[in-house]
Amino acid sequence: MRFAVLIEVRLREGLPDPQGNTIAQALPALGFQQVTKVTVGKAIRLFVDADSETQARATLNRLCLELLANPIIEETEVLSLVAS
Amino acid sequence: MDYKALGLVDDEFDSIKDILGRLPNNLELAMYGAMWSEHCSYKSSRLHLAKLPTSAPYVVVGPGDNAGIIDVGDGIGVAIRIESHNHPSALEPHQGAATGVGGIIRDIFSAGARPMALCDALAFGEIIKRDDSLDNVLNNKRQNSWLLQGVVSGISWYGNSVGVPTVGGETVFDDCYTSNPLVNVLCLGILPLKRLVRGQATGDGNLVVMLGASTGRDGIGGVSTLASSGFVDDAYTKRPSVQIGDPYEGKRLIEACLEILDKNLIVGLQDLGGGGLTSAASEAATKGGVGIDIDVTAVITREAGMEPFEIMTSESQERMLAIVPPSNFSQVEEICKRWEINLSAVGKVTAPGADASPRFRILRGKETLADIPVRSLTTQAPLLDRPSSPPSDLHFRSQQDPAILPAPTSCGEDLLKLLVGNSWIYRQYDHQLFLNTLRLPGHDSALLRLRSPDILFSKKAVAVSVDSNSLWCSLDPYQGAAMTVAESALNVSCAGAKPLALVDCLNFGNPEHEEVMWQFKEVVNGITQACLDLSLVVVGGNVSFYNETNERDIEPTPVVGTLGLIQSLEQPLCDLKQIKGDSIVLLGELVDHLGGSAWAKVIHNHRTGHLPPLDLRFHADLIRLLTDLISSGIVHYAHDVSAGGLGVALAETAILSGIGCEVGTISSHGQLFSEAPSRVLVYTDQPNKVLSAARLSNFNLGSSSPQAQVIGEVDGEFIKIGNLVNLSLSKATSAFNLSIPNALGETVC
Amino acid sequence: MRTRQALNAGIVVFPGSNCEHDVALALNSVNVTTQFVWHQSCSLDGLDLVVLPGGFAHGDYLRPGAIARFSPIMKALVDFIDNGGVVLGICNGFQILTEAGLLPGALCKNKGLKFLCQNTKVRVCSNISPFTANLPIGTELDLPINHFSGNYICDTDTLNELESHGQIVLKYVANPNGSLHDIAGITNLDGNVMGLMPHPERACDELCSITDGMVLLNSLVHSLDS
Repeated sequence: MRFAVLIEVRLREGLPDPQGNTIAQALPALGFQQVTKVTVGKAIRLFVDADSETQARATLNRLCLELLANPIIEETEVLSLVAS
Repeated sequence: MDYKALGLVDDEFDSIKDILGRLPNNLELAMYGAMWSEHCSYKSSRLHLAKLPTSAPYVVVGPGDNAGIIDVGDGIGVAIRIESHNHPSALEPHQGAATGVGGIIRDIFSAGARPMALCDALAFGEIIKRDDSLDNVLNNKRQNSWLLQGVVSGISWYGNSVGVPTVGGETVFDDCYTSNPLVNVLCLGILPLKRLVRGQATGDGNLVVMLGASTGRDGIGGVSTLASSGFVDDAYTKRPSVQIGDPYEGKRLIEACLEILDKNLIVGLQDLGGGGLTSAASEAATKGGVGIDIDVTAVITREAGMEPFEIMTSESQERMLAIVPPSNFSQVEEICKRWEINLSAVGKVTAPGADASPRFRILRGKETLADIPVRSLTTQAPLLDRPSSPPSDLHFRSQQDPAILPAPTSCGEDLLKLLVGNSWIYRQYDHQLFLNTLRLPGHDSALLRLRSPDILFSKKAVAVSVDSNSLWCSLDPYQGAAMTVAESALNVSCAGAKPLALVDCLNFGNPEHEEVMWQFKEVVNGITQACLDLSLVVVGGNVSFYNETNERDIEPTPVVGTLGLIQSLEQPLCDLKQIKGDSIVLLGELVDHLGGSAWAKVIHNHRTGHLPPLDLRFHADLIRLLTDLISSGIVHYAHDVSAGGLGVALAETAILSGIGCEVGTISSHGQLFSEAPSRVLVYTDQPNKVLSAARLSNFNLGSSSPQAQVIGEVDGEFIKIGNLVNLSLSKATSAFNLSIPNALGETVC
Repeated sequence: MRTRQALNAGIVVFPGSNCEHDVALALNSVNVTTQFVWHQSCSLDGLDLVVLPGGFAHGDYLRPGAIARFSPIMKALVDFIDNGGVVLGICNGFQILTEAGLLPGALCKNKGLKFLCQNTKVRVCSNISPFTANLPIGTELDLPINHFSGNYICDTDTLNELESHGQIVLKYVANPNGSLHDIAGITNLDGNVMGLMPHPERACDELCSITDGMVLLNSLVHSLDS
């Protein structure tokens, strides 16, 4: 089976996020007072071939840990995994 | 396919039918559309550019090839080229500027040179203007700031990552560039002359090989829709034409191509730029006097189902075309594999047919899709002598001189407003890679040791400066252009180098406007005259027309990049660290003439008047005198007087050196801010020697007023100029360094 | 045995590295012979020093250093380090060493979100390791930086360990990038691996105006020689 995957890579909570801060600081001047708590990360789309969703998730876990994120500063979340 | 949508006009369509003796098919039409665009054909400018002086004993390759090549002796060549990327940068400043850098770098290593340095001439609408009361001023300021930040981040991203330092340049602000910034990028390369290769195809049966990135749909129609027409308000719909850069691919391409050339495996190398594969292949075939067959099925595409016309006109970045003898192909393949570069033999060189007219044929397997005489795309492209006439307000412009403006209430305050340092910009560029940068950006010119991994033991150095002044050229395009060349040459000699050659990037409005064509012709004439009198040659250039927004043309902006040579680094060099206690000598006259000055423009928004006189022969003498003074070690530092006049020149030296100055002689704001040409400040502890050298040179002939005089000395923590200016150095320094970040609302850590 | 023989350094070249030639010039100027080691190579035999130079290995596209650590040479590098070999990672080299877990912590984007190419002043804070063994603590050096991601970060426990074991070798005098505790360069616990963001090779030439890089490199050469 082939799964279409969307993964989010974001900074670990508590770490400085200058990109997010920069956007957040620009918001009031642009009239977006209702928007708060902006953080900036990465979204990665990919396909993974696996026999089952469980197997696909196992592969993704390893991929995230070993390559897509640096666990010292980043955490990942599989936002969507859809058989295609 | 509608030929008009490709930018072709009725006459051109008729010509195509005549050339082919039949109706063109859609693919052929797309190829003509690309190649006959203003961007590829130079149809409005070719006629006039032919006047420029281009040959000298040291010119190995002049205009028309990938890069100009100068022989600097010892078997070393210097490659230089400048190109604009204005239109893409207006739409997507980050990628537009980045791909401009990528493109110019490919031109340099196409010639076998290792790209060693970049300089940028950037122009934006005002960001600093104080009057924020009007909404449109504020909106323009926002847009200009967005463009500036995007362009700088694009150059920083691509240039740093591809591994070519950005060592100099200039950034100017003028409202004529609002929505239409100028991004002109100059690249300098160094090569052992034996590695020189031309962008030409030769050898019947040789393979035509594409190297690098795959071919996608990005940038299709870029030359005809983007670079060859002006902007209207819905410009954002043109965005898909902008290409995306990949500096990592670019870096590996540099290394792979130089290795291929070092092993002498190919006979020609050409980069794919505007007009894509159509342009690269037809140019290479034309230069080699051969035909080329391309099989579109062999082109590696990024997306499935690309049409032949898309493949042939795609402007995907980071692609090269190499002409490879079949017996060398496997070795080329081997090198590319090591550098993880994709390659594909997409065609072959063909001998001219019996009628001696080489053909450019596009095949899909065995099926012929297009069959065109090669030269009809290139040298035989349309040539226009467009009508021209001076602007109707020319007389008015010269009459309203800034002499009528009120004297400043405080010259010091005015001076502060004229101090715009660009450290915010160049701090974002790697300007030190290769360890050749002998002084940091911010001086009149960049000074570079000529050394590269393949040329380790040269004693030579080059200086390079890029300069423009649209205000001068709007008042008098002929003299303004000549003054620009003169200033650029003087900037190079301020580093102690002898100016040899220049490249120009001619940025203009819509050539269909008669006054723009007139400006263009005047500018070319001005550059020509200055080159002749200063013994300079033009070794390359680029014309960018259609710099207009909503039918408003930019002011004529020729950007001149001058290359100068220092024969041996064993000679004394300028060194700011030595100027403490020095006398400041002004070479050239003290004049009171504010025509074309930044003071009139910035402080009073006054853009009319006549330019101060320029005597090019005197200027040539000044350059000679200056380089002699520096090479004999009499002078510690030199700084030319240009935008902002003596006031800014004195302040800049004080700021860069960290030592103030006390100057007595200057007595009026006219003298303080005049931008009369042919003047330079020299810093010396032997003022008498400077004065006598000036007397002994041809320099004072025919002039009654003193042409070299001590005007002050370097000392203290203030910039004191007569009774006019008394500024603390720290205040001037922070105004200088913070003007751009403050305007952008950024804090500097 | 080798006292009068020149030291031999290997400079690892990844696709996208760009400071390798500059490092070679600088090391040659302190009498170290150099050779380039391609990242696909599997051996670092016979080398007295290995340098991971600056640049943009693999384009830095995922994160600086993230892909370089999978190159074949990295296994040889781990063995080299385990056998006490001395490794210097400069800028991108420092980023690669942290990504590979050979140095603690990580390097994030600069606080100002801009690439920075400028001179900085750094202070020697430890001289336990061979890199600074010949420099008094408190020595200040002018060294250029050239990076977008030089903002060093690590958790509190790691920081305490770094401090208590004298692993923080260089600190910025005026922090340019937001780096934790002004950290500019650290070593591993054994002191044979150092990563630093400033480029000593860019400060080894009178003509280019600053020469403090030579002070650092000479100190290293002196330690390795003795």
